[in-house]
Amino acid sequence: MLTAEEKAAVTGFWGKVNVDVVGAEALGRLLVVYPWTQRFFEHFGDLSTPDAVMGNPKVKAHGKRVLDAFSEGLKHLDDLKGAFAQLSELHCDKLHVDPENFKLLGNVLVVVLARHHGGEFTPVLQADFQKVVTGVANALAHRYH
Amino acid sequence: MRNKRPRSEAVARTCFWPIRLTSKLPDTMVHFTTEEKAAVASLWAKVNVEVVGSESLARLLIVYPWTQRLFDSFGNLYSESAIMGNPKVKAHGRKVLNSFGNAIKHMDDLKGTFTDLSELHCDKLHVDPENFRTFPSYVLSSFYSQLLGNMILIVLATHFSKEFTPQMQAAWQKLTNAVANALAHKYH
Repeated sequence: MLTAEEKAAVTGFWGKVNVDVVGAEALGRLLVVYPWTQRFFEHFGDLSTPDAVMGNPKVKAHGKRVLDAFSEGLKHLDDLKGAFAQLSELHCDKLHVDPENFKLLGNVLVVVLARHHGGEFTPVLQADFQKVVTGVANALAHRYH
Repeated sequence: MRNKRPRSEAVARTCFWPIRLTSKLPDTMVHFTTEEKAAVASLWAKVNVEVVGSESLARLLIVYPWTQRLFDSFGNLYSESAIMGNPKVKAHGRKVLNSFGNAIKHMDDLKGTFTDLSELHCDKLHVDPENFRTFPSYVLSSFYSQLLGNMILIVLATHFSKEFTPQMQAAWQKLTNAVANALAHKYH
């Protein structure tokens, strides 16, 4: 999926990413920009305003968890489907999440990376990350039935 | 009424999976709240149309390389630096973003505002006289317009890290989706 250069660029850049902050922000922005996604997190408490969402401690914690899983996936770029098999089954069988939402979160993650890293998030780096988030979204949808 | 999905789009959808404009946006007037309009206008006032426009189009061509086929007449698109420096890319990017500026003045009637552009993008065949190739403009469906809209969001995020709050992102995402919808209106 990715060339050796692309993998190196992605993992090199990822070393500079604050996974806790970016994870929390990405999940929060998903819930604000695409409000229907809040239906999966009704037990998180107050999601009534953008500020409430972004400040919600459960959102932050879960965002970190999601991005930790994503980080782990970056170590297995040659076998994303294998790496995300269990999470795919979980999201289908237990959580009943429409896989369309994985693409939305991927796109929000790219926006958050752009916001945090400005010009350093070059078009080529963006292209590499778009391939990665697409691969992860596909891998998460792979076990759906 | 064309029902067949164009092959290029079918291929594109299997390669990359941007957000699909699905039934989540019904074909009725999109309403923007006062806050959304104010947010969009406040950021727009700071936007350098030349810079943001050209970078958005360049990123589209780099991140989704198959879109380059829509711009065969633009010359050298063989590398990131070639695309970023290409004067036709810059000029067309500026043109696209000026059009957005017009949209921002008419957020309550995007379909009306984009009627002519919609016809241009959707109904007229594009003929490349050098190559005598035609491709139907239905490839310029909401799918592609939405991709470009997403690129604009990313460029805004890189340039305006402080101002690009979640609310700002939500307002602009709504705007770019609505513009994409309005541009595709004549096709649907």
